[in-house]
Amino acid sequence: MGHAYTPGLRVTERTVLHKVRRLPIPGKVHVQPGDIVTAAQVVASTELPGSVTTLNVAREMNCQPDEVPGLMTKAEGDRVTAGEVLAESKALWGLFHSFVRSPLSGTIESISEVTGQVLLRGEPTPVNLEAFVDGRVIEIRGQETVVIACSCAYLQGIFGLGGEAYGPVRVLCSSPEAALAAEMLDESCAGQVVVGGAYADIGALRRAIEVKAAAVVVGGLSDSAVDELLGYHLGVAVTGHEALGTTLIMTEGFGRIPMAERSYRLLAAHEGQQASVSGATQIRAGVIRPEIVISRPPTELEDTAVEAAKEGMLELGCPIRLIREPYFGLLGEVVALPEEPQPIETEALVRVLVAKLADGREVTVPRANVELIEQ
Amino acid sequence: MDPKDAQIILATDCGSTTTKAILIERRGDGYRLVCRGEAPTTVEAPFEDVTIGVLNAVAEVEELSGRKLVADGSIIRPARGDVGTDLYLSTSSAGGGLQIMVVGLVRRMTAESAERAALGAGAIVMDTLALDDGRRPHERIERLRQLRPDMVLISGGVDGGERRRVVEMAELVAAANPEARLGAKYQLPAIYAGNVDNREAIRETLGSATALSIVDNLRPAPERENLGPTRSEIQELFLHHVMAQAPGYSKLVPWTDADIMPTPAAVGNIIQTIAAAESLNVVGVDIGGATTDVFSVFDGQFNRTVSANLGMSYSISNVFAETGLDNLQRWLADPVDAEEFSQSVRNKMIRPTTIPQRLLGLKMEQAVAREALRLAFEQHKLLATGLKGVQKHRDIADAFSQEVTGETLIDMMSLDLLVGSGGVLSHTPRRAQAALMLIDAFLPEGVTRLAVDSIFMMPQLGVLAQVHPEAAREVFQRDCLIPLGVCVAPRGADREGAPCVRVTVEGAGQTQSAEVRCGEMKVLPLVTGTEGTLVVEPARGFDVGQGRGRSLTTTVLGGVLGVVVDARGRPLQWAKTPEARREQVKRWAEALDAYPS
Repeated sequence: MGHAYTPGLRVTERTVLHKVRRLPIPGKVHVQPGDIVTAAQVVASTELPGSVTTLNVAREMNCQPDEVPGLMTKAEGDRVTAGEVLAESKALWGLFHSFVRSPLSGTIESISEVTGQVLLRGEPTPVNLEAFVDGRVIEIRGQETVVIACSCAYLQGIFGLGGEAYGPVRVLCSSPEAALAAEMLDESCAGQVVVGGAYADIGALRRAIEVKAAAVVVGGLSDSAVDELLGYHLGVAVTGHEALGTTLIMTEGFGRIPMAERSYRLLAAHEGQQASVSGATQIRAGVIRPEIVISRPPTELEDTAVEAAKEGMLELGCPIRLIREPYFGLLGEVVALPEEPQPIETEALVRVLVAKLADGREVTVPRANVELIEQ
Repeated sequence: MDPKDAQIILATDCGSTTTKAILIERRGDGYRLVCRGEAPTTVEAPFEDVTIGVLNAVAEVEELSGRKLVADGSIIRPARGDVGTDLYLSTSSAGGGLQIMVVGLVRRMTAESAERAALGAGAIVMDTLALDDGRRPHERIERLRQLRPDMVLISGGVDGGERRRVVEMAELVAAANPEARLGAKYQLPAIYAGNVDNREAIRETLGSATALSIVDNLRPAPERENLGPTRSEIQELFLHHVMAQAPGYSKLVPWTDADIMPTPAAVGNIIQTIAAAESLNVVGVDIGGATTDVFSVFDGQFNRTVSANLGMSYSISNVFAETGLDNLQRWLADPVDAEEFSQSVRNKMIRPTTIPQRLLGLKMEQAVAREALRLAFEQHKLLATGLKGVQKHRDIADAFSQEVTGETLIDMMSLDLLVGSGGVLSHTPRRAQAALMLIDAFLPEGVTRLAVDSIFMMPQLGVLAQVHPEAAREVFQRDCLIPLGVCVAPRGADREGAPCVRVTVEGAGQTQSAEVRCGEMKVLPLVTGTEGTLVVEPARGFDVGQGRGRSLTTTVLGGVLGVVVDARGRPLQWAKTPEARREQVKRWAEALDAYPS
């Protein structure tokens, strides 16, 4: 036995997920433990404070900063509307007035007699937090966090773009090796989670966005297509906020790589069912991978055991995915786990395993270069 | 116990992903490393207690050393026979390290001084706001709100100078009301280190919105920096505010015999200790997965920079974007398809723990490392400068051309020691690869010692140097550094094949000598542990520190490679065509026997 250095991506037909939903700042939680919720239901909400604008009243009024408080017609904390007079001065026995008007609607945050600045805070932005999955509320933490238990089929991708989306699963490729082409996508894909096979080129991705697909799930993507779509070079893998209109999830890696058979079969088995997807990826301490959740009715919660987070252990017979050249993207199973470190082509002395590939070849690879396919 | 009397020392470094423990013992010949253990860091869910990772790493040390170190979930102190340790020390960069937002007045003056203070204290500077940063006030407020730093450092105005604008910047901080990163339930620490005349106004502006502390002005006069008080306060706040919020640290703090230091501050500490003890000019680099830290001490002046998005895994794709394909491909002797290169870089980014299996894959990663190191060093040179904004009066000959100062302090000709650490440098299959990467990226001039950190224990030795510098120095030199040898690189350039330098090394009972021509590299072996006399005779037009064409005789220490003569020119002279460049790279690697044929 030995550790897998890269934790496997989860692909499971039935599990109970404890989904933690959290507001960016404390607000109001609208549900209680025991409540049954649906994916699009708002479970908590808050208001993000409006953005702050500075207004240099001393300069506008041509006066000293310490004269500003005396010229203000509004006090700190007062509400103002756009165009309303904030400060006023009279000169020459009241014959000439000068004014400063508010550039926005909001509240007066502060008036400074040191700098002569007035800070205005705009209207707050409401934030509504949805449940994301169908399930039952099992815990409320403070005024910001809701934990939902969800019985589901669950699949993690390796990398994604775009935020949360919902839609029925629609499989467009006839096999995990087939590529998703632009002509396969039409208006009927609007709002759907479209499943391709090995690859989607830039044309197919653009078409998916054009027809307003909720999400595209494929084995691999070309890195140049990703950059072209984003309009910039993606330097660090922290994603989820891209406003593409369609969420993208790849399950294997960059390049033309067939989707793992097991992932493809799982998605195909749930064709037509509602899925919740998220492209958010973070590859640092506290890894976040993109995910596809196909919720089951909350009544099934009692029948499904909660899966504890497992530490990946390599054992003989384990199905694995090879995740580095020269075997990148191939699947196999472990047939030997030599204890002693062995030299590889680079001359590095590393712990290795022997894998039997799907085509019958036996290859030796560093243990760091495999990923468990979790059962 | 007086730390100087310690026989057994245990030290840990709690990194973002791994907690590393080392055990040091005093033997007849001084302090030596006994062994090292490591375990995953446990700051994040589901564990959320850093001490679990610490105890796991220490358990590995127990297993390897046979010394019992833990009882009842705590570290046994002091040492008795085969049980316990006399000293326990720790550093931490878990949870992303110490993240600071810097606010100053002028980007290249007070704001830059504040940045230097924060970096020197071991922080990551998330962003620097200044009056001349090109942003509008609401954009600065938005930035403060978005970033959620661990603390804010505000500087601005020399003593007796500008007042109003400094308060204006403080008002922005108050308006943003930024939340601290590690929990909304405590006030964000803020340090004011600006114009002393403004302290009252700053207290009024920020006193209720932040946990404010006020220290001496870090730039009291245009021509003077005073970074010490700010650095001390940052480390104090790190320990008592930031770390106090991190999971498990309230347990860890009472275990330690000295304050827990931010990891980079500890690395800076050991580099300064070595530089001071041997009167050396030193450059150290730590290339990680996400960031690259560069440390330098020149003429006693310490500087540190962090290149936040230059690294070998999480940020590898960013290195690719910043330097471009051409700069990467020039380091490869084999042509590589552009799409293949960029795809493999992206796949490393999303699966950061994988290692190259093919030789070409290794060479591609080392090409990226050269560029990450080069770019990080370029950034370091820009910040490691004399004070800017000071007008220097010159002599009568150029009385009309007053020059704004701020030249870089980095002088490659006077550099004595270049130390590399981080997986890509410390774990090369052949040490010659590390030497070549360091030389290519930093382009040392004259005679420079090269070394790599064997197992990255500089953080632990840095925190030890606080309480027992001698012990730290002994272990650093004997067990931490792997001497690669010395690089001899004449400054200057000529056509390929022209005479460049003659080098003679006398040591270990033999004399070796070589004529090296422009464009060539050559190695004269001098094994680790031996001392040799090096005579360098540069051709006309080339300088090794004594002036053009003048010889240099010096004593050098051996290393894994020995004396590496680099006659490729400074600046490095590249061939004009890609084919010829590939041929050059092949020859250089062969000269150092860097790769299997």
